[in-house]
Amino acid sequence: MRHVIGWLLLTPAAILLIAFTYWPIGATVADSLFSRGNPIRPSRFIGLENYALMADDPIFWQVLWNNALFALGTIPASITLALLMALMVNRALPGRALARMAFFTPTILPMIAVANIWLFFYTPDIGLIDQIAGLVGLPGHNWLGDPDTVLGAIIVMTVWKEAGFFMIFYLAALQTIPPELWEAARLEGAARWTYFRRILFPLLMPTTLFVLINAILNSFKLVDHLFILTKGGPDNASNLLLYYIFETAFSFFDTTYAATLTVVLLALLAVLSLVQYGVLDKRIHYR
Amino acid sequence: MSPRGALETGATWLLALLWISPLLYALWAAFHPAEFAVTFDPLAPLTLENFREALARAPFPRYMLNTFILVTMLLAAQFVLCTLAAYAFARYRFKGADIAFALVLVQLMIAPEILIVENYATLAHLGLVDTILGIGLPYMASAFGIFLLRQAFKSTPKELEEAARLEGCGTLGVLWRVYVPLARPTYLAYGLVSVSHHWNNFLWPLVVTNSVETRPLTVGLGVFGAPESGVDWSVVSAATLLSVAPLMLAFLLFQRQFVQSFMRAGIR
Repeated sequence: MRHVIGWLLLTPAAILLIAFTYWPIGATVADSLFSRGNPIRPSRFIGLENYALMADDPIFWQVLWNNALFALGTIPASITLALLMALMVNRALPGRALARMAFFTPTILPMIAVANIWLFFYTPDIGLIDQIAGLVGLPGHNWLGDPDTVLGAIIVMTVWKEAGFFMIFYLAALQTIPPELWEAARLEGAARWTYFRRILFPLLMPTTLFVLINAILNSFKLVDHLFILTKGGPDNASNLLLYYIFETAFSFFDTTYAATLTVVLLALLAVLSLVQYGVLDKRIHYR
Repeated sequence: MSPRGALETGATWLLALLWISPLLYALWAAFHPAEFAVTFDPLAPLTLENFREALARAPFPRYMLNTFILVTMLLAAQFVLCTLAAYAFARYRFKGADIAFALVLVQLMIAPEILIVENYATLAHLGLVDTILGIGLPYMASAFGIFLLRQAFKSTPKELEEAARLEGCGTLGVLWRVYVPLARPTYLAYGLVSVSHHWNNFLWPLVVTNSVETRPLTVGLGVFGAPESGVDWSVVSAATLLSVAPLMLAFLLFQRQFVQSFMRAGIR
C-alpha cells in the first residue's frame, strides 16, 4: 500500500522531471550521433562524426578556453572579496546593516539589468570609465570591442554581481566560530594575520570549498550578460560554451551540433557534481 | 574607537560605497535629463521624462504583468508538486525511493535551461511555444523545492501524524493539516528564492517567447537595452530601474528573510 501511495504522490513531479530533464538528456546524447537534416537530405546516423567535427572546430576550443579564463578570473577574485566583506561586516561598526546591504544588493538584480548598467561604463569615449580616465589625461578605450580587454571587462562585472552572494555564506560560517578562539590566540601572542592564516581560514575551508564549487557551476551557467554586452564578440573573444550552444541551435539552426556541444557541457557538470558530493561530506561539521 | 578600528571602519564604508555606486549611478542617470548623464552637477534638475519615454517606447506594464503571472503560476504549481513529492520521500518508504530521489537531485545540477535545444523541441511538440505556461512548465517539478520540503517534513514529529490519523485524517488530510502548516518557514524561504530566480531568469524565456503578450520583463528589457536599439542611456537606466523595482522593493522590505532564504538555498 505504501508503495502505491508513495508513487502516486510522486507521479505529477516525476512526469515533468522526465519530460524536461531525463528525456532531454537522453535525446541530447542521441541527437549528437545524427547529421544535421535538411528538406532534401534527412538527418541520418553518423556515429561520432559530430564529435570529430567538434574537435576540429576552433570556436569550440576557444569558447572552452574562454570559459576557463572566465572561471579563473571571476572565482578567486569574488571569493577573496566575499571573505573580506564578511570579515568587514562581521564586527561591530556604525552603519553595519547598510554596508551589508550594499554588498548583497547586486545579487538580487537580474544579470540583464546588471549588463545594462555596466554597458554604459564600458562605452568608448562617452562611457563613465573613459570619462573618468579622461580627467587624468588617459585616452579612451573600446573595452568591449577589443579582444584583449573584453573578457576582463565581463569578469569585473561578474565579480561585482557575485561577491555579495558568497559573502553571506562566509558570514554564516563566521558566526559559528566562538570569539574565545581569538581571545586565546591573542593571549598566546598571535598576530591577527597569524590568527587568520592558521585558525580562521582553515576553519572556513568547508565554506570555501562549497562556494568554490558553486562559483564554478555558475561560471558555466551564466551567459545572460553576453546578449547585451557583446553577443560573444568581438570575433568570439568573449563567447562562452552555453552561449555558443544557443547560437548554434537558434541562430545557425544546427541542432545536432548544438546537441554535441551540450553533451560536453553535461559531462562537465556531471564531473563537478561528483566533486561536490565528495565535498558535501566534509562540510557537515558546521551545519 | 582605536585608530586601527577607525581605519577598518573607513575601509568598510569605502568598499560599501564603491559596491553600491553602479546602482546609485543608474538612479542618477534615470532621474536626470540625458545631458547630465555624466556630469554630476548636484543642482541638475530632476525629471521623470526618462521613465515616460521608456514607457512610451516599450510596453513595460505588460511585461511586468507577464512576469507576475509567470512567477505566481510557477510558485503555485511548485508548491503543489513539490509538497506531494517531498511527502512521498519523507514518509513513504516505497520501492525505488532512493533511486528516485537520487534522480531528482540530478536536476539540481542540470537546470532545464542547459537543455534548451531539446526542451524547445518538446515545447514545440506540445504547442506551447510563446506561452507563459511554456516558460514555466520545465521548472514546475523543482528538485530544489522537493529537497527542501523533504527535509522540513522529515523533522516533523511522527506523533503529530499519528494523532491526526486517529482523528480520521487521510493521507492528504494529514499532509494539509499537519505537515504543510509546520513547514511554513520552508515555504517562505523557497518562495522567495523561486520568485527572485524566475523574476530574473532570462535565457529560457528568451528562447520560448517572441511576442509582447508573453515576454517577461527580463526579455523585454533585453530587447529594449540592446545597443542596436539606439535608445539613449538615461532612458535605458529608467527602464532598467522599472524592471527591477518590484523585486528591489520587496528585498528592501524583507531583507533578513531574503538573505536567510538565499543562504538556505545555497547550503543544500
